[in-house]
Amino acid sequence: MIEIDRITKIYNGVPAVDAVTMTVESGTITVIVGTSGSGKTTLLRMINRLEEPTSGEVRINGESTLEIKPHLLRRRIGYAIQGHGLFPHHNVARNIGAVPTLLNWPKDKIRARVDELLTLFSMEPAEFRDRFPAELSGGQQQRVGVARALASRPDLLLMDEPFGALDPIIRARAQDDLRRIQRALGSTIVLVSHDMEEAIRLGDRVAVMDGGQLVQHGTPADIIANPATPFVADMVGDMERPLRLLSLVPLAEVVEDGGAPGAALPADGSLRDALSACLWTGRTAVPVEREGALIGRVTLETIRARAGLRA
Amino acid sequence: MKAGAILRPAVILLLLALVLKPEWFTPVFAPLAPEGAPVIYARSSLLSLSLSHLGLVAAATTAATFVSVTLAILVTREAGAAFRPLSRTITNMGQTFPPVAVLALAVPALGFGNGPTLVALFLYGLLPIFENSVTGLSNLPPATMEAARGIGLNRWQRLIQVELPLALPVILTGIRLSVVISLGTATIGSTVAARTLGEVIIAGLLTSNTAYVLQGGLIVGLFAVAVYDALIQLEARIARRSGARKAPR
Repeated sequence: MIEIDRITKIYNGVPAVDAVTMTVESGTITVIVGTSGSGKTTLLRMINRLEEPTSGEVRINGESTLEIKPHLLRRRIGYAIQGHGLFPHHNVARNIGAVPTLLNWPKDKIRARVDELLTLFSMEPAEFRDRFPAELSGGQQQRVGVARALASRPDLLLMDEPFGALDPIIRARAQDDLRRIQRALGSTIVLVSHDMEEAIRLGDRVAVMDGGQLVQHGTPADIIANPATPFVADMVGDMERPLRLLSLVPLAEVVEDGGAPGAALPADGSLRDALSACLWTGRTAVPVEREGALIGRVTLETIRARAGLRA
Repeated sequence: MKAGAILRPAVILLLLALVLKPEWFTPVFAPLAPEGAPVIYARSSLLSLSLSHLGLVAAATTAATFVSVTLAILVTREAGAAFRPLSRTITNMGQTFPPVAVLALAVPALGFGNGPTLVALFLYGLLPIFENSVTGLSNLPPATMEAARGIGLNRWQRLIQVELPLALPVILTGIRLSVVISLGTATIGSTVAARTLGEVIIAGLLTSNTAYVLQGGLIVGLFAVAVYDALIQLEARIARRSGARKAPR
């Protein structure tokens, strides 16, 4: 559990982060969203002390980060950034093994961990281990960057706009990968983004920052349904609120008995996918399947019921 | 590349022949020597002069590299930034002060021989290495530096494992410039009795023997070409290893 306790950073008399208090549960993804200048990156960088807080403190599992030497603290916290920041003169294996090497892991253990991570990120170890960053595509570089951040099984992973430099299709895949890997490893992640779409897609919790203050901290559904300030409502986008709400509801949750014509959707798809399928093919209900077997249907009526405030 | 594959061995063979078997070139130089005067310099072995010449340049460049890179590291740290203009002034002075003047000033202190030449070459070599090291160390990819700090490398580890390796190709360019300048400049050291190939040239000038002048000049020139080429190859190899294989940094 990460406790951020009244943390403040003042630059030239102006607070960039103003007494933010927030708790991050272990094994969850928290996305800090805000516009540029909202203090979101400063908040993130105070967690691993790349910025020293003016006042307040961060506790990781009860232990104050101020009691650990900054570089030793950072070895316990994964860090991935926009534009990956890989070492161009080290190959993929050395890049991923950077933190374990700093922690003096034995060589064979590092090697095994590198291969494990490459496999996890769908990169064939034999093919990629010895390549240099310049020989990888943007998406691959980014995956290696995240793999490096995860290498030492850190208590916490901090990510600063990790997908900012990727094109939309690669970005969506990277987000899915991150979600999948986070579920598999049970990692705790704090991610900074300017993109509410990304926050809703990835976050178990979303924290909205505005002018150095934490204006709302809650589940994605909560943020969409009950924005605390006009700024949050603006970030969510009024017109898209129903669609964003629908995108949070998995079909498995609302599936009902009965049949429907046409192609089936997977049970882990969202109501937004179902609405889209209904509109596109002119159906009023779509069948839902799980691992190839039909388990029921979702009707337009159900979708409509979940798209409003009463949800 | 193709021209290099033929020219490189040709230059090296010609150089070896000029140094080891100068008598082979008697017919070439003979028309330039005055009547009755010796054509080929024989007062001391060209090999030993060459080795001494290269040794002086190597020693001066090593010292200049050590001082310049250390200085560049210091002034590119946050705490040393204030000293950057000062160090730049000092190294610039080293460059603007003519080596001949340095020789003249150093002789009373160090006496005749290799000492004054070492000092002159050292001072003259500082600037290119210092400037390039500062450039190399201050133009590192920001995302890489941020990540290096973020994953927990301390200052020393960042310097040794990230900054110096990434700046190395640029630093090497400075060293190459310095070496080539020094190879030529070292010849004037023989005016104060340093053992360099300048001895051959000066002997030629004193006795109006153009053959000597040409012989000495040719050897020094070919050394400069060969060393320059070798260092370029080394830089390219290191730049490749620095991951600049596809995208330039």
